[in-house]
Amino acid sequence: MAARGVVVIGAGQGGLDTVAALRAKGYGGPVTLVGEEPVPPYQRPPLSKGFLTGAVARAELTLRTESFFAAHDIALVSGDRAQHIEAERQRVRLASGSTLGYDKLVLATGSRPRTLPVPGMDLSGVLTLRTLADAEALRTALDGPPRQIVVLGAGFVGLELASTARVLGHDVTVVEAQRRVLARALTPQMSQWLAERHAQQGVRLLLGQEVTALHGTAAGEVAVVRLRDGRRLPADLVVVGVGALPNTQLAAEAGLLVGDGVVVDRWLRTDDRSVYAIGDCARFPSTRLGRHIRLESVQNASDQARCVAAAICGESAPYTAVPWFWSEQCALRLQMAGLIAGHDETVTVGDPDGARFSVLCFREGRLTGVESVGRPADHGIARRLLSSDTGPSPAEARTPGFDLKSYATKPSSPVPAPA
Amino acid sequence: MAKITYLHPNGTATVVDVQAPNTVMRGAKLHNIDGIEAQCGGSAQCGTCHVYVDEDSTVPLPPMDSVEDDVLYGTACPRRDSSRLSCQLPVTEEIDGLVVRLPEAQS
Ligand SMILES: Cc1cc2nc3c(=O)[nH]c(=O)nc-3n(C[C@H](O)[C@H](O)[C@H](O)COP(=O)(O)OP(=O)(O)OC[C@H]3O[C@@H](n4cnc5c(N)ncnc54)[C@H](O)[C@@H]3O)c2cc1C
Ligand code: FES
Repeated sequence: MAARGVVVIGAGQGGLDTVAALRAKGYGGPVTLVGEEPVPPYQRPPLSKGFLTGAVARAELTLRTESFFAAHDIALVSGDRAQHIEAERQRVRLASGSTLGYDKLVLATGSRPRTLPVPGMDLSGVLTLRTLADAEALRTALDGPPRQIVVLGAGFVGLELASTARVLGHDVTVVEAQRRVLARALTPQMSQWLAERHAQQGVRLLLGQEVTALHGTAAGEVAVVRLRDGRRLPADLVVVGVGALPNTQLAAEAGLLVGDGVVVDRWLRTDDRSVYAIGDCARFPSTRLGRHIRLESVQNASDQARCVAAAICGESAPYTAVPWFWSEQCALRLQMAGLIAGHDETVTVGDPDGARFSVLCFREGRLTGVESVGRPADHGIARRLLSSDTGPSPAEARTPGFDLKSYATKPSSPVPAPA
Repeated sequence: MAKITYLHPNGTATVVDVQAPNTVMRGAKLHNIDGIEAQCGGSAQCGTCHVYVDEDSTVPLPPMDSVEDDVLYGTACPRRDSSRLSCQLPVTEEIDGLVVRLPEAQS
């Protein structure tokens, strides 16, 4: 039988990197990338940052030129949705009616914004931010005279957006149900420090507060955000940034194992050996945490894409990459390496007052994660240390004058020369 | 417009014309040159657009700032005196003739 090749569903970061890596590794069979959005693959991170201010132009978002797909003989299907996977017959049916047979299928369907179960979410002026189309709508809204903006959720997207909107001169309030910002992603120290920066910049933070309803004008425009304590916040724009849910519907309907993500093994295979899942939609076993996790980051989508492409080309190795993430808020560079969750001890190095410091997280005496502000060298070194399972002890890190740069570059350095 | 040469680890070279305003990183993307990942899209966060400027190159380059210098501590291949982040090298007439080497790995 002639090779049916590889079909990748979802033309975002992970999908694009999968097809690119397949060709870079010399995969010779047919390769098809299917995306429901009407545009070629683009980067999302600038959507909540430079794209809104105009610092990043539309053209810079595009990840690859059209000629890339032609040059690498990759069939890019844009504006069509994978509707159904016939796992037994190894083919996918698209919304347009066509079907694609596969030898290997890669699910890179990403995630979608979570909604809040409160009345008024369908009012006009209530936006979310996930796609280029969302960002274009938001950019138009932020382009005019100052508005009263309420951001629901103090996650990365919500806070980045809040800080950008503030810089553009809008009045911004962030409402968060947790008692601190980025509670799941950051240490309490970093969370607290960051919240102060937002406050200094004029972003109003209402923590430990829940939204109970949105009220609109007679014309159906959002006007008021009501909180559990009865407070009413005037708002002419509400942005909902309360996290994302993995797009697992296709996988679930095809009978694949699903539970807050498409469940995969260390090789990123689903329980159907011809189907892989990567990126925001995949739930994979973390060797570092000893349990299944789902990560939403460019690094994770990109590195998993390369891991799957290698597996399809016969070089199977389990996925063990060190996770890392970056964010830009209040004109600061915030970077995280490794896993912050599960630490039992932290050491802060550097100068928090000068906005140049890192929080080193340890678990049972071992370095497991590092969050940095304005210390890119710490971040890069942390990634290398964590990938080789080395690093300072908490006691070493607490020595006065300690810093990761001199630790990693001293002659007896435990960091192996990078491969 | 500047002519830029990207030298691959296997010894082959790709020579392309890149327009301003672009960066040396973006030039590689626009011309489908593999070997530069640029995971952060050019915001000097990731170090996966690392290049070595060819030792014989006499093209004047802008000095590196402290952020670029710091990010170069995190590259997958060893940092050398000739290391730069290609996303921090703007394409201008002055860099016409630039030759950069791509490292064996970026992440
Ligand atoms: C505003 C914003 C800012 C961000 N900032 C950062 C950041 O600073 N740093 C960072 O590391 N990460 C950031 N992220 C996260 C990062 O963008 C994602 O983790 C990454 O894009 C995940 O890649 P993916 O391939 O899994 O999914 P995506 O890139 O979301 O791609 C999934 C694609 O699949 C398509 N799709 C879904 N179902 C189907 C179907 N049935 N048929 C066809 N197509 C389908 C979707 O339309 C989408 O285009 C940000 C995300 C957002 C939204
Ligand atoms: S593209 Fe990330 S540092 Fe240059």
